[in-house]
Amino acid sequence: MPKMTAFHPRLEPLNETKVWKNWSGFLVAPQFKYSLTNEYYAIRSSVSLLDTSPLFKYRISGSNSVRLLERIMSRDIKRCKVGGAQYTVWSNENGFVIQDGVILRTDEFEFYLTAGEPTLRYFNSIAREMQLDQVTVEDVSEAYGILALQGPHAHNVISQLSKDATDLKYFDVANGKLGDADVIISRTGYTGDLGYEIWVPQDKALTVWDSLMKAGEGYNIAPIGTTALKMARVEAGLLLMGVDFDSSRFAWVDAQRETAIELGWSWMFRNLEKDDRDFIGRRAIEAEIKNKTSRWKTVGLEIDWHSYEAVHLEAGILPPKSDLYRETTMSIYRRSETPWEYAGYATSFLFSSLLRKPIAIAKLPLDLTGEGTEVDLEVSVIRKPVNVLAKVTSLPFFNPERKTALMGGGK
Amino acid sequence: MSNSNNYDAIVIGGGHNGLVNAAYLAKSGLKTLVLERRHLVGGAAITEELVPGFKFTTFSYAISLMRPDIVQDLRLADHGMLVLPLVNTFQPDFNGNYLLLGADADANFHEIARHSREDAESIRDLSHLIDRVCFALKPLMDNIPPNAMSDDPAELAAMAGLKDYMAGLEPDVQAMIDKFVNCSAAEILEEYFESDLVKALIASSGIIGSKVGPRSKGSGLVWLFHKMGEYDGVLGEWGFHKGGNGGFTEVLAKAVVAFGGTILTDADVDTVIYENAVATGVRLASGDEYFAPTVVSALDPRRTFTQLVSSDDLPNSLTEAIGKYKFQGTAAKVNFALSDLPSFPGLENRKDIFMGFTNLGPSIDYLEEAFADCEAGRYSKKPFLDCCVQSTIDPDMTPPGKHIMSCFVMYAPYHLSESDWDTERENLGDVVQATIEEFFPGFGSLILHREIVTPLDIERIVGLTEGNIFAGELFADQMFLNRPAPGWNQYRTPISGYYQCGSGTHPGGCVIGGPGKLAAQQILGDLKNQEN
Repeated sequence: MPKMTAFHPRLEPLNETKVWKNWSGFLVAPQFKYSLTNEYYAIRSSVSLLDTSPLFKYRISGSNSVRLLERIMSRDIKRCKVGGAQYTVWSNENGFVIQDGVILRTDEFEFYLTAGEPTLRYFNSIAREMQLDQVTVEDVSEAYGILALQGPHAHNVISQLSKDATDLKYFDVANGKLGDADVIISRTGYTGDLGYEIWVPQDKALTVWDSLMKAGEGYNIAPIGTTALKMARVEAGLLLMGVDFDSSRFAWVDAQRETAIELGWSWMFRNLEKDDRDFIGRRAIEAEIKNKTSRWKTVGLEIDWHSYEAVHLEAGILPPKSDLYRETTMSIYRRSETPWEYAGYATSFLFSSLLRKPIAIAKLPLDLTGEGTEVDLEVSVIRKPVNVLAKVTSLPFFNPERKTALMGGGK
Repeated sequence: MSNSNNYDAIVIGGGHNGLVNAAYLAKSGLKTLVLERRHLVGGAAITEELVPGFKFTTFSYAISLMRPDIVQDLRLADHGMLVLPLVNTFQPDFNGNYLLLGADADANFHEIARHSREDAESIRDLSHLIDRVCFALKPLMDNIPPNAMSDDPAELAAMAGLKDYMAGLEPDVQAMIDKFVNCSAAEILEEYFESDLVKALIASSGIIGSKVGPRSKGSGLVWLFHKMGEYDGVLGEWGFHKGGNGGFTEVLAKAVVAFGGTILTDADVDTVIYENAVATGVRLASGDEYFAPTVVSALDPRRTFTQLVSSDDLPNSLTEAIGKYKFQGTAAKVNFALSDLPSFPGLENRKDIFMGFTNLGPSIDYLEEAFADCEAGRYSKKPFLDCCVQSTIDPDMTPPGKHIMSCFVMYAPYHLSESDWDTERENLGDVVQATIEEFFPGFGSLILHREIVTPLDIERIVGLTEGNIFAGELFADQMFLNRPAPGWNQYRTPISGYYQCGSGTHPGGCVIGGPGKLAAQQILGDLKNQEN
């Protein structure tokens, strides 16, 4: 039997489609209304509310928690201030990514982490290997639900219920109150928009949901499902494990594994020469940087609208547009004399209604990753493979000022 | 000598490996004859209607996917092969606790997490590592092993190649293979799990059919062997063949006949006829004789080398090795016809919990205590039971609403120190029944019929020496290069034209067909070489 999140009693009657899918063993709604576009635009035009409780959640605490996280995380945890959050990644000894996640530092020695796959035993095994005491890794997945409040009016909604969100800068974190619930609020999200994520104790889940929905009424708040979220995250240039990369933990061969640098996260290692962190995978990552052995680089692809339209018109049809989101691999070829010369692949494809063009997240060999480099992307037109022109661009595709803007009126 | 008694190849024994072997030989164009002692083929894989409407899988009761190349080569699907996948595995504890695992990895995570969240994570790591081990060992399972005793340049090269191959495996895969060979199942499991129930569920794979406890060295290898059996390129799964395992051997028999082979039942082969170490045919107990330049024994190594031929005609090294080869069966079966499904307190009226293996043996300690009885020459007072209510998946096994329950029983040593099996048969049935009753109160009142199969019965009826279900223990010194004996692991025998293809040859027991297929490959290769 699939499990239900703490918010399920509210979600169940809201799901007009009555379609549910399984996310880590929990029932979640891919969409609530037949109109997916409505949910998608809520993220960009009004405000959306999403239940992300199926994520695995961990609390890491104790005076050695920093030492443990410093060893595990490829990104420097010491650079995460108290009251701050980090997008981070952990890798294996060969520098291949195990998982990514967002970690919140709520106190000197207290961290909260979300992860797509379980990692309790892995973290504990590293602590045992290091013979670290004074550190506890707790699986708090069942103790909290998480809501993502995302969209231009997110602050207008949350500020009605809590003063604690207002001063949060992008990637800030606060322990706070939402109504009578003790919550953790972070200025984070998976949409690339203005927004907050709220950790809610299980027993307060329904009251928090109700108060947010009520506060959002005047801003057309919409509960959204996972599909609209995934569309938004492509625009935000955020990778999805299982789609854009796989965990190295369950891979069979290195061809299925990728390094943080290959995934576009080399900025996490900007200060590597200056620090002496002994994190897992460091030697491999240093060697990769020094010897330039990355096999791929993850980039954005902007598909040329004229080319995209032309191949469809030539076949006698109009190009498909709205609600077009794909997670299937699409091949990319060099634009050269030799036709169909394989170069790389796209992992996520979206016709972005917001940006009015098809975009994709792609892996290309380093010589093809310069801004503006032209490549051919294989699309299927009436079941036939056809190449369309695409240009390499840096991620994200969409980065509104409001995402990082100060909400408290200060500087 | 009547012409109709002349064949190109004769296979002695119509168990599943004999049939696979015969089907391959017939498919290659050889005029092939299968001789089966009993009135039906299948060996230990048979289905019998002991009570009207109730089909009993007397011995072998479940099937892991046959090597897929055999299924394709012999067109078994065309002949009606239908393996119904198991839906769940149920591992009840006392006190209402249980584990119910199914096909969904996420659901299984949460089910195991009820017992330990770390275990729920570990099982993924361990399963992935074992899958990689199985993948690495697949070429060893699917090919004729090299001969370590030979100084033939081709064999020396094959041995060197094998060494290189093993040395080239990834370090974690190598380390895990070492553990399987050198450690007990319990030792490996302690490293990964904290929940008794989880450990016991997996440990049971390490003792099935073998005289080892979960803490004995050797249980690691038995466990690996069972994983190999499941492994068929994708993560394999166990299933019930339509109509029981007898349904499967009927399919094999159809394949033999479709390829032009002949099957004779009630044909008890007394001896292989050979002269100057060259086989020419067989003689039945009835005195009838059949002739062929190729004779294949699908029987176990003791019968192959000491009964069908005279050991005087074999090299001492071989007869000594066969003399030392361990059978020591330790398993029994008790099969029930039931008026209704058993009931587990707290999960009443749940048919789904029985749609697969029901594993009774909730802790390593429980299994180890059961083994202590075996070591003392007694059957376990509290045995480990692997129960299958096949009728929950295949309604054709019973009249509607009624059920059949096959119970595999560990331990029941062939040699009892203070009694004998003809005396103990009903007592064993009572012990098994009482054990089931502990988990499923009221079980006794459901019983319509009880069939008890002791190791002695397995030996008498199927012909497996000492009732060993694998035709010999799956111990490291009886596997691969050594199965059934060093130098004689390539299906040939010292008698030219006389071959072996039973589970006592590589890769070994379980309904996997590997021995039958690889023996056919060897025979057909030899015949081709003779032509040239």
